[in-house]
Formats: sequence, C-alpha cells, structure tokens
Amino acid sequence: MSDIVAFNSVADEAAPQAQADRVIAGPRGRKPRRALSGRNIMIYGTLIVVALYYLLPLYVMVMTSLKGMPEIRLGNIFAPPVEITFEPWAKAWASACTGLNCDGLSRGFWNSVRITVPSTIVSIAIASVNGYALANWRFKGAELFFTILIVGAFIPYQVMIYPIVIVLREMGIYGTLTGLIIVHTIFGMPILTLLFRNYFAGLPEELFKAARVDGAGFWTIYFRIMLPMSLPIFVVAMILQVTGIWNDFLFGVVFTRPEYYPMTVQLNNIVNSVQGVKEYNVNMAATILTGAVPLFVYFVSGRLFVRGIAAGAVKG
Amino acid sequence: MAGYTQGSGRPNQWLRNLNAKIASVPMILTAVVIFLGGTIWTVVYSFTNSKLLPRLSFVGLDQYERLWDAPRWLVSVQNLAIYGIFSLIFSLVIGFVLAALMDQKIRFENTFRTIMLYPFALSFIVTGLVWQWLLNPEFGIQSVVRSAGWESFTFDPLYNADIVIYGILIAALWQGTGLVMCLMLAGLRGIDEDIWKAARVDGIPMWKTYIFVVIPMMRGVFITTLVIIASGIVKVYDLVVAQTSGGPGIASEVPAKYVYDYMFQAQNLGQGFAASTMMLITVAIIIVPWAYLEFGGGRKHV
Repeated sequence: MSDIVAFNSVADEAAPQAQADRVIAGPRGRKPRRALSGRNIMIYGTLIVVALYYLLPLYVMVMTSLKGMPEIRLGNIFAPPVEITFEPWAKAWASACTGLNCDGLSRGFWNSVRITVPSTIVSIAIASVNGYALANWRFKGAELFFTILIVGAFIPYQVMIYPIVIVLREMGIYGTLTGLIIVHTIFGMPILTLLFRNYFAGLPEELFKAARVDGAGFWTIYFRIMLPMSLPIFVVAMILQVTGIWNDFLFGVVFTRPEYYPMTVQLNNIVNSVQGVKEYNVNMAATILTGAVPLFVYFVSGRLFVRGIAAGAVKG
Repeated sequence: MAGYTQGSGRPNQWLRNLNAKIASVPMILTAVVIFLGGTIWTVVYSFTNSKLLPRLSFVGLDQYERLWDAPRWLVSVQNLAIYGIFSLIFSLVIGFVLAALMDQKIRFENTFRTIMLYPFALSFIVTGLVWQWLLNPEFGIQSVVRSAGWESFTFDPLYNADIVIYGILIAALWQGTGLVMCLMLAGLRGIDEDIWKAARVDGIPMWKTYIFVVIPMMRGVFITTLVIIASGIVKVYDLVVAQTSGGPGIASEVPAKYVYDYMFQAQNLGQGFAASTMMLITVAIIIVPWAYLEFGGGRKHV
C-alpha cells in the first residue's frame, strides 16, 4: 500500500493543482478531479460539439418530415415545425410515386422483410454449420477453401456480379427473391463463417471430446451442444445480417425485378425520381422510415451491435 | 480427429468426415465457383468484345485502351483517388482523436458512443439522401447561413462540379468515422495501463505519449482499420447514386458506378468487365502487401 501512496505522490508532482487535496490514507483509484477544470471543459466541449454534429442530420430529417411544403419553402431547415403534420409520413408510406408505381414505401418495406428474414436465417444456418465444421471437424483442404473465402471477401462485388447473374439465369431464378436470398447468403458467408469458426474454436475442446466419447455425431453435437452454448454469437450474427441486408442497395438493383425491389431501392427511386414537384417533407419521412429498422436494431442491441461490427470489421 | 473408423479394411478417403464435407459444400461452392471462378471468368471476358451478351471473341487489350481513353472513367478514377486519400486521412485522424477523447475516463461514454456510431447503422442510401437535403443550396445549410445575414455565403458542393466529391466525402465521413472511433477505442483499451503510469512518472506530456508511444503500439489496429476503410472506399457506389447520381454531369462518377452502368444499362459488357478488373487490381494492390505483412513473412519480425 505504501508503494502506491509513494507512486501517487510522484505522479502528483507533475500536477501541482492537486497537491492540496491529496488523501493520505490509502487512496483508491484515480485522484478526484475538479468537475470544471480546463481539461474537462475542453474534453466535454469537444465531445458535445461532435455529438451535435452527428445528431444534426437526424434532427433535420425529423423536423423536415413534420413540416408542410409551404413552411419548408419559407423557413430554415433547422427550425422546428410551426405546425406539425403527419401527412408526409402517410404519403411516404402509402402513396409516394417512383415513376413505376405509386404505392409509396410500403411495397419496398414488405419486400425488404421478405428478403431480409429468409436471407438472415439461411445465411446464418449455413455459415454456423460451416464454422463448426471448420473449427471441430477439419478435413483435408478445408483451410484452403476457407482462405479463398476470406480473400474473396475483399474482392469488389462488381467483379463477381455478372458471373452470378449467369449462374442464376441458368438456374432459372434470376430476378426472383430466391435468387437474391442466395446472393445474400453467398456474400454474407465469409464474415459469418469466420465469426462462427472463431467462436466455436474458442469453446473448450473437452466438451467436444466428451460428446465424441459418448458417441455423438456431427449433427448431434452441433444441435445439442454447440447451438445452445452459442446464443450470443447467433445474436451478433443476426444483428450483422439484418442491418447489412436491410441496407443493401446494389444486390437489390441487380438481382431483382422492379416488383421485388427492396426498401432502399424504392426509397432512392421515390426521392430521385425526376418528374413532379419535389416534396422534401415526404422524401425525409421516407428516408427516416427506411432507416428506422436498422436504427431500431442498433438502439435495442446496444453493445452487441458494437461487438458484431467490431467482429465483422476487425476480422473481415 | 474424427476419421478413425474401426472395422475391417481401409476406410475410403472420401468418406472420412463425410458430414463435415457435406456441411461445407455451400462454402466450397461459394469459394471455388463464385469467388474464384467468377473472378477468373470476369478477367477472361474483359479481353473480349462482349456487348449485350458475353462472347468469347478476344480482342486483346482493346477494352482497356478504350477504358483509359474514356473521360468518364478518368473522372471516376480521379474522384476515387481524391475521395480515397481524404477519407483515409480524415477518418483515421478524426477517429483516433475522438477515441483518445473517449478514453479519458469520461462520464456518459456510452451515450457519446451511441451517438457517434448510429450513422453507421444507416445505409448509404439514407446517408446520401440526408446530406443531399442538408447540402441543398435553396433550403439547406447555404440558405440558412445566408438568411442569417451572410448574403454571399456559398456552400453548394453538390451543384459545383469542382468540389462535388467533397460533398460526398462529408456524408461518408459522417457515416463512417464512428466505426473508426470504436475500433481505435478498442485499440486504446488494449494498451497496458502501466505504459501510461510510466509515462506520467517520467513527466512526458500526454500528447507526446500518444504520438511516440501509443500510436506505434497500435500499429496493428491502424493497419486493420486502414484495410477496412480502403476496401470500403473502392466499393463506394450507393452513396454516390443516392446523393448525386454521378452529377452534375459526370463530375462525381466513381468506378463502381461505371461498372454497373456499362454492364446493366449501356449493354457494353466488355467495358464493364475491364473496369471491374481494374477495381480488382486496385484492391489487390492494397490487400496483398497487408496480407503479406499480417500473415506472411512479416510475422517473424513483429
């Protein structure tokens, strides 16, 4: 203990303003700082300004979406609405036009749901079994295929898009939801497989060995031991996939017909369609609606989102 | 581990571990057919004069010559270079500074992190459309500043061909710096507390500790972040589509958009393949040295 006190006093020599209020008897943790020191003002000031900058677009989006067009033409975008109206939201959802149809975003929303749910399930199911095989049932050549898969994650999608179009066309599913689900499964595979492989490899090997001794096979161990033990990583994978697939634009445009366009594509078509008067409030309401699902996932999942992103980013 | 079957005769090599092999079929197909096969296919067909449909009539490097003669491609490459260099520098610097601020044992750390990271949950389409609105000269930031009294204030990057790429850069930084901050913060948290204590004992000022001690220690995090940002940069597509559609004119075109337009709209597949092969080469230039350092010969020295 005395060592720590001595150490603290040495450290404090560099900071004379704290000399007076040093606690002699066994200080724990860092020395307390005054709340309004210059250093604190600078740190919190900077962070608050930065936070405002990050929040600004969201704020403007919400404010604009609640105003009527006349008010938008007159006022400034940062001002809160004088008269709150929810009409733009209703229009964005149900009757905004894209040039092809006037169903608003609802069509895109349901398409996105029909794309995201099966894509997430299929891609996670396949990748988790894959990761499990790679972690616990290594066979000759497995590592080679895995390396190709990981390197492939860095190849720009544009390089592989056309060959996939041809493959899907040969299978007769180009332009359908099934085709798009397969595409999402393919491009989600590198990162998800890596995620699951690393997670399963980190589980104690004794469990696996014990199950083997008891005569359990590949699928039994997967369903009875690995799966119940890995719920957190499944949640992380789900967050990763739901936000990733919901936010996808390129695959939606390339691999589906207009009637199956996901929400992002529908949104872009509504906002950037050339004909008619620009209704900025409807556009912003539509933009919020499209961002709402991933934002909801983000705010609900909190730390797990960060973990998923970090796992996705650092390893991918 | 699982291959030792008992009983008579040698087990068939192919049947060993059969379940694992069956389970890996999707991975093997993806890796070999799509990733490897698809890439080779595109590269091969970039030497043909495919138009509406892929045809195997080789024309040598014609497509590449045409590509590098096309003003639109040159603009795309130039834009990508500007966008790439600036977004690398800015996101690394801003991300690191923010992470360093967050690492000062502050209160409300979770709140600040939540705020800084939420744009990353949004798609590029949403990001692009919001910033299109904010940068709208008639109603957006420019008009607000003007109506506040500064009449000659001009800030219309999306309508000025010379600076449009910086307008896209602003949106991209808003969306992506939160992630960089999180990665850097994780890196900073990995630094041993004793390093800080030692530096304090020696009376080294904090900024010096950061620059000469901490940053060199975070080399790995920096390189990984660099690779992530860089491979994202090459793919940039939706943001441009949403924010400017490549305009005004062709001023904000990027290579990924060039590929898409030539493959699916101009029905000039050969051009699209050549352009995408150039993208592949760009990524290879970034990835190969990194992979070598990370997994190859570099390991012995680190």
